[in-house]
Amino acid sequence: MNKVVPDIQQAIADVADGATIMVGGLGLCGIPENLIQALLEKGTRNLTLISSNAGVEDFGISLLLRNRQVKRLVATYVGEQPIFEELVRSGDLKIELSPQGTFAERIRAGGAGIAGFYTPTGYGTIAAENKETRSWNGRHFVLELPMRAQFAFVKAWRGDRAGNLVYRATARNFNPEMATAADVTIAEVEELMEPGALEPDHVHTPGIYVQRVLQGAKYEKRIETKKARHERAQR
Amino acid sequence: MRRDKREIIARRAAQEIVAGLYVNLSLGIPALAANYLPKDVDAVLLSESGVHGFGALPPKHKGDPDLINAAKEPVALCPGASIFSSVDAYAMIRGGHVDLSILGALQVDENGNLANWMIPGKMVMGMGGGMDLACGAKRVVVAMEHTTPDKKPKILRNCTLPLTGLAVVQRIITELAVVDVTPQGLLLREVASGSSVEEVCRMTEAGLKVDKDLKIIQV
Repeated sequence: MNKVVPDIQQAIADVADGATIMVGGLGLCGIPENLIQALLEKGTRNLTLISSNAGVEDFGISLLLRNRQVKRLVATYVGEQPIFEELVRSGDLKIELSPQGTFAERIRAGGAGIAGFYTPTGYGTIAAENKETRSWNGRHFVLELPMRAQFAFVKAWRGDRAGNLVYRATARNFNPEMATAADVTIAEVEELMEPGALEPDHVHTPGIYVQRVLQGAKYEKRIETKKARHERAQR
Repeated sequence: MRRDKREIIARRAAQEIVAGLYVNLSLGIPALAANYLPKDVDAVLLSESGVHGFGALPPKHKGDPDLINAAKEPVALCPGASIFSSVDAYAMIRGGHVDLSILGALQVDENGNLANWMIPGKMVMGMGGGMDLACGAKRVVVAMEHTTPDKKPKILRNCTLPLTGLAVVQRIITELAVVDVTPQGLLLREVASGSSVEEVCRMTEAGLKVDKDLKIIQV
C-alpha cells in the first residue's frame, strides 16, 4: 500500500470548516509543525482542536487560535497567553479542560472501541462535575467518555509508505493514541522510507491506523523552556 | 549564608527520595528537590512527558528538542532509561506504579485534601497532570511554602480553593515544618531550627498534634 500524499495541501484538502482535529504534541515537542502551518495557510475555520497544550505565542496551534480558526479547544493545560483570555471572554473560543491522564485515556478508548471507563482521577473535584461516579472496594471513580475526531494530525520521526511510524524520545507523547482515534490520520514524518526499512519489531504505530503520510518540508523543533533547572545529573 | 525558603523546602523534600523508588517531581519547588539528591541514590525519576531514568543536561549541552520533561525543559537520559507514550505514563501514575509523587500546593487541609490548580476569578490554565499525580501514586508528599506571600496559612481545616484531589496528601513539607496527615488529624513531626512549635501553630490554621518524638529539620 502506498499512502504517501506528497503535497501537503492535497493531504488536508478534505479538512472542511467545522472539522474536529486531534493534534499531537506535548508543548512544542512532537507537534506536526508542517500540518499546522498548512492548515493556517488553508484558513479552515470553526475548528474543534483536541490537543494537550496550546503552543506559545508564535508557534504551535496557538497560531490557529490567534488566526481565529478555532471555536473549541479540548486541552489539559493552555499556559499563560493573554490572547486566550480575550478569546474566551468574547465568546469566540470555548476551552474544555481535562486532566492529562484522562485526556490520554479518552483518546485511547476512542481508538480502541471502548465506550467509557471509570478513573479515580478528579473524583471530588470540578473535573468530575455532572459525571457519573461509582465506588469499588472503598475507592471512588468517575465515568469518562471516549474521544474521537474526524482527523488526527500526528508527527513521527520515521515512517514508511505503508504508514508504519516510529517516534523519537518524548516527541512520542500523545501521537500514537491520536493516530488510532480519528477517521483519517495524517502523519508527517522527518524521514520517509521504503517498506521494509523499518524493523517490524520497532514500529510504534502500525500502518493500519494511518491513512496518509508525507515528509515534512522542514522542522524547526523549538524548545519551549530553554534552561534545564536541574544543576546536577540524577537518575 | 541564609538559604532561601524554597531551597530549604527542596532540600528536605529530597530526603524523601530513597533507593528503590520511582519518583515524579512536579513543577516548581518539587522539581528543585532533584538538585539536592544524594549523588548516588538509586532512585529513578519519572516524567509524565513519557520517560523514566532521566537527569539534568550536562553543562553547555543545548538539549534535544525531542527529549523533555513535563516542564518542557530539555533533559538527558541516564543509562537504563525508558521512553513511553503519554497513555502509558499515566497508566504508571494512575495504576499505582509510581512510589512517590511530590507536588506543590496552594492549600492542603487536615483531611489531606489538596488544592493546587486554580484560583476563582483568575484565568484557568488547566490542571495538566496534577489530578492524576495526586490520586495515583503510592505516596503523595506536598512541598510548599508554609504561608501565602501575605502570610496567610496554607495548611487549613478545609481547603477553600477548588480541589485537585480528595484525601490524597500523606505528608506536608514547608520551610517551617514537616507535618503528616493521619486519621487522627495533622501530626507535627519536625520543626525548623530557628522556629518553634508555637510559631508553626500560629502560621497553621488547622489544629496540630505534636509528635512525642518531635525532631528538628536537618537540611
